[in-house]
Amino acid sequence: MIKILKRMGRLEWLLMLCSILLVFGQVYMDMRIPDYMSRITKLVNTEGSLVSDIWDAGLRMLLCAVISMCISFCSGYVSSMLAATFSRNLRSKVFSAVEGFSLEEIDRFSTASLITRSTNDVTQLQNFISRGFTMIVRAPISITVALSKIHGKHWQWSTLTCGAVVLVLCAVVFVMKYAHPRFRRMQFLTDDLNRAMRENLTGIRVVRAYNAEEYQEKKFSNANDILTDNHMKAQRAMSVMHPTMRFANNGLTIGIYLIGAFIIAQTPNYSDALDTFSEMVVFSNYASRILFAFMSLNMIFNMLPRAQVSAERINAVLDTKASIVDGPQEKGLEGQEGTIEFKNVSFRYPGAEGMILQDISFTAKKGETVAFIGATGSGKSTLVNLVPRFYDATEGQILVDGRDVKEYTQTALRGLIGYAPQRAVLFTGTVTSNVTYGAGGGANPENTEEEIRKAVEIAQAREFVEKMPGGYDADISRGGTNVSGGQKQRLSIARAVYRRPEIYIFDDTFSALDYKTDRVLRARLKAETAGVTTLLVAQRIGTIRDADKIIVLDEGKIVGMGRHEELMKTCEVYQEIAYTQLSEEELA
Amino acid sequence: MAKNDYQLGQAKMTNNRGGGGRGMGRIIEKPKDMKGTIKILLQYLRHFLPLFIIAFSCAIISVLFQLFGPDNLSKITNLINDGMKAGSVDTAAVVRLSVLVLGFYLFSSLLTYAQSFTLVTATQNIMRKMRNDISHKLNRIPLGRFDSASFGDLLSRVTNDVDTIGMSLNGATSEVVTAFTTFIGCTVMMLLSSVWLTLIAVLCASIGFFMMNLIIHRSQKFFSRRQRYLGELNGHVEEMYAGHIIVKAFNGEEESTREFERLNALLYENNWKSQFISGIMNPIMEFLGNFGYVAVCVMGALMVQHGMIRFGTVIAFILYVRMFTMPLTQVAQAATTLQSAIAAAERVFAFLAEEEMEDESGKTEKIENTNGLVEFDHVKFGYVPERTIIHDFSTVVQPGQKVAIVGPTGAGKTTLVNLLMRFYEIDGGQIRIDGINTRDVTREEVHRQFCMVLQDTWLFEGTIRENIVYSMPDVPDEKVVEACKAVGLHHFISSLPDGYDTKLNDDSNLSAGQRQLMTIARAMIEDAPLLILDEATSSVDTRTEQIVQNAMDQLTEGRTSFTIAHRLSTIRNADVILVMKDGDIVETGTHDELLEKGGFYSELWTSQFVNAEAI
Repeated sequence: MIKILKRMGRLEWLLMLCSILLVFGQVYMDMRIPDYMSRITKLVNTEGSLVSDIWDAGLRMLLCAVISMCISFCSGYVSSMLAATFSRNLRSKVFSAVEGFSLEEIDRFSTASLITRSTNDVTQLQNFISRGFTMIVRAPISITVALSKIHGKHWQWSTLTCGAVVLVLCAVVFVMKYAHPRFRRMQFLTDDLNRAMRENLTGIRVVRAYNAEEYQEKKFSNANDILTDNHMKAQRAMSVMHPTMRFANNGLTIGIYLIGAFIIAQTPNYSDALDTFSEMVVFSNYASRILFAFMSLNMIFNMLPRAQVSAERINAVLDTKASIVDGPQEKGLEGQEGTIEFKNVSFRYPGAEGMILQDISFTAKKGETVAFIGATGSGKSTLVNLVPRFYDATEGQILVDGRDVKEYTQTALRGLIGYAPQRAVLFTGTVTSNVTYGAGGGANPENTEEEIRKAVEIAQAREFVEKMPGGYDADISRGGTNVSGGQKQRLSIARAVYRRPEIYIFDDTFSALDYKTDRVLRARLKAETAGVTTLLVAQRIGTIRDADKIIVLDEGKIVGMGRHEELMKTCEVYQEIAYTQLSEEELA
Repeated sequence: MAKNDYQLGQAKMTNNRGGGGRGMGRIIEKPKDMKGTIKILLQYLRHFLPLFIIAFSCAIISVLFQLFGPDNLSKITNLINDGMKAGSVDTAAVVRLSVLVLGFYLFSSLLTYAQSFTLVTATQNIMRKMRNDISHKLNRIPLGRFDSASFGDLLSRVTNDVDTIGMSLNGATSEVVTAFTTFIGCTVMMLLSSVWLTLIAVLCASIGFFMMNLIIHRSQKFFSRRQRYLGELNGHVEEMYAGHIIVKAFNGEEESTREFERLNALLYENNWKSQFISGIMNPIMEFLGNFGYVAVCVMGALMVQHGMIRFGTVIAFILYVRMFTMPLTQVAQAATTLQSAIAAAERVFAFLAEEEMEDESGKTEKIENTNGLVEFDHVKFGYVPERTIIHDFSTVVQPGQKVAIVGPTGAGKTTLVNLLMRFYEIDGGQIRIDGINTRDVTREEVHRQFCMVLQDTWLFEGTIRENIVYSMPDVPDEKVVEACKAVGLHHFISSLPDGYDTKLNDDSNLSAGQRQLMTIARAMIEDAPLLILDEATSSVDTRTEQIVQNAMDQLTEGRTSFTIAHRLSTIRNADVILVMKDGDIVETGTHDELLEKGGFYSELWTSQFVNAEAI
């Protein structure tokens, strides 16, 4: 928590300081008011006092109230500025930190967790600052000012106040011990409940096919019972707070009068007795402020742990340095355009034990197609991810256009590459905005429209795009949910094509397409974009059969390299893959 | 590919409801049909009517006892004041009164606790019932309803809505009762003490009430904007993080940051405005409290001087004014809370009123000892009434035959599965199993005839055993082991530290193939006479694929099977091939017949396997 506060800028510190001063001023003004009441009490009980004196005291009281309100406005303004500024800056910091992350850091946190950290956790802290901060500042100030007011008055009253505080603290401690942990558990239990519901929803066909409706309902109602039980206990415990507080406060008032009666009874002097009487009338006002300040501890202790957790989670993100840093170079070596070379490359995921890639060496010349095949986990995706520096090789060197990839700026390096992943990603926007996404490619900016059409046509997406309402300007909804999986994939390929890169990387892009589309698309690609080097990860032999070079991977090592016909003769792993896909009869 | 595969909407978004300032910190939704919704809501409350009556009685009595406090304090004050002037205080009377008032206060506090306790019990039980009703309802809605993507979304919100209802039932209802009683009681007590001071108090309170409504009204605009921008911003963050690899690969960081900063600035603007405006409330209320205090003090003092009232009355009024202004603000806030609760209730009830599947409790016919003869007799079907996609389909599948369903992606191969399982009702014709029309038996009876393995390998959080046994009662462990041995999972499961009791969750290391094998084992345990199989294995690597195929072959043995086929061998060995295109069944026959025919199937065949045949 403190660490996250250290990240605040000067403006925020200034606002914080202002806020503290304003709260102090306001509390001070507020507590002046009863002083005048005490004066009025004396006036009323003194023979021959003037009506104008009462009016005078009354107006002063009113003035204090007005000033207190004005200060409150200012303090409200400052604290809302503080909370909003704080959250804006923090949000911005977290977002730009994550934008700078390489996949290595993303993997470490997981995407879902990063999203929660950038959204929920920031909002959580904002809420804490906006509500909790004033409370935290106010409680001690309130207590201090109130103590200074009752200081030097009769000790019996102070003792009684202590007693009431102890009673309230007992309730606070009880609620903290008993209710707070249950409230904290509630989130998990709600998650459980939602999971049961989601489970039933996502598996609705299976549920019905297995006549498992009752089974699922039972599961849900179990989770429901646990949640209800927990909730009930927490709220019942929480309910102790309010009546206890009220009793302590009311009891305190009565107690003060009771004690006051005895003190006055023992005071023979009328003016001394009147002093005590006038003090008694306002004492409970101060005392109950102390009580309320202690009660607000309850809320602070409820909020603090949650804010603490959020702060830690955000700190973890902000403390993480991006592991991939830019090199100085913008361009590759002259005459080496479109070449890719792996020199004894090995790779290990951070924290993993074994190497996922071992000693990989190969060269792809300009215009060549190099395909990678192998079982899941053989490292083929990892291998192509090293080229655009999504990860950095653990050992060895990767050269693009004759230069080590680490020497480029990331923007320059990725400007050379057109990439399409296995799981297509589309963003909210239009077909056009998705196809033209990004910066730094080789697309011709003069002729955008024609370029888009061409890319879409090559990716075999033209037919369905033109059928969409609005054609190229058709809306793509969040996550591309309004187009089918195959269509998403084709638009994702169009995006890579539109970029006019030197190098294509297709990371298992084609397996979501049916055989026919796959075949036509590759043929068009070859015809239209000759001279572009292609790295191709695939699962289907058919997709890679006519590659210039096929690299067979098995457990991170190259076990075969060559053309299809050669590998069919020499490479056992390749043969095995081929046989499972095509019956021997057809291979013969 | 990055190691973690993120699907939009996967991140846990705790809905962020503000604790303090109820009714202020969020958007107030307006219900469309207030009356109707309240009516249904009352039906829910009816079961717990006694609890509500107890709770509300407690609340009222508690308030009444509290009201005597200030009045007695006034008497104590007068006793002391008189005694002071007279030189001797009647301490015995003071003690007597104090003890009495303390007793009142204690009793009142206890009753308040009793009220909270019963109310919590009642509302929690209502919420539980509502949630169970939703879950129960879920399984009685026709499958077709789930095709619209927003439906699942709606459902997830429904559970949140129940929370909203519960919270406001718990908080707002008791508040309204308490506030109302306090208001009336206070007014009576004050009027009895002093009419003039009462007028002052009423004046202060009504100014406060008026101001507050004004502010609530104003701040709504900023709150709804704030909520909207927060939603947009979070949406952007989620999308960018989910597509991080593309943002990186296409140098989209700048564009994405620009959009983020734009939204962040808008959010900031509305953030502080909404908070500030709602924050104005407190100072104003405090001022009114102070103003009331001052007014009562000054006016009271003047009246005491003129001998119109005793000093104790002033003391009592200071307390009454505090008690009196509070309920008004509480009622205003409770009203807004209740309003959004009713809007939430409206959504819940709308869901509960969804049309259910036809009631089949009257159907008693059973299909026993199924041979597996399946007949399609002039079947007509369309997902929407206007668009028939299967026009007039007839075929007979003999017991034990293998049916392959083929066709390009999106041809509607699952339609057939949906019809066989009676997930959807056909519009014309009949589907018969062993000569019995599937419409004449219950859906459960139809489902009982089929094992089903879908491409979407649905596993849930639970142990491996639970996932395999699923809803079948009393399956002996030997049978589970046997099934797992048959599909080749036993060795892997035994190697896990907890074996069959290993818990599966989101990050469990089951490969796609192993997940598929689990669902096959599940189907084996069910051991139904007919089989529906989705062969799609694109997500499985080649070696596992072979294991999965073997397992599937085993399952097919001795059963009439319908397979959405991807493998050549399945297609070739099929007794009947159903060729689908654009939702309709375009050709039927065996492999050789269809090739000879030279229709859509042969076109598909040549395009798919042209490479293979060229070798």
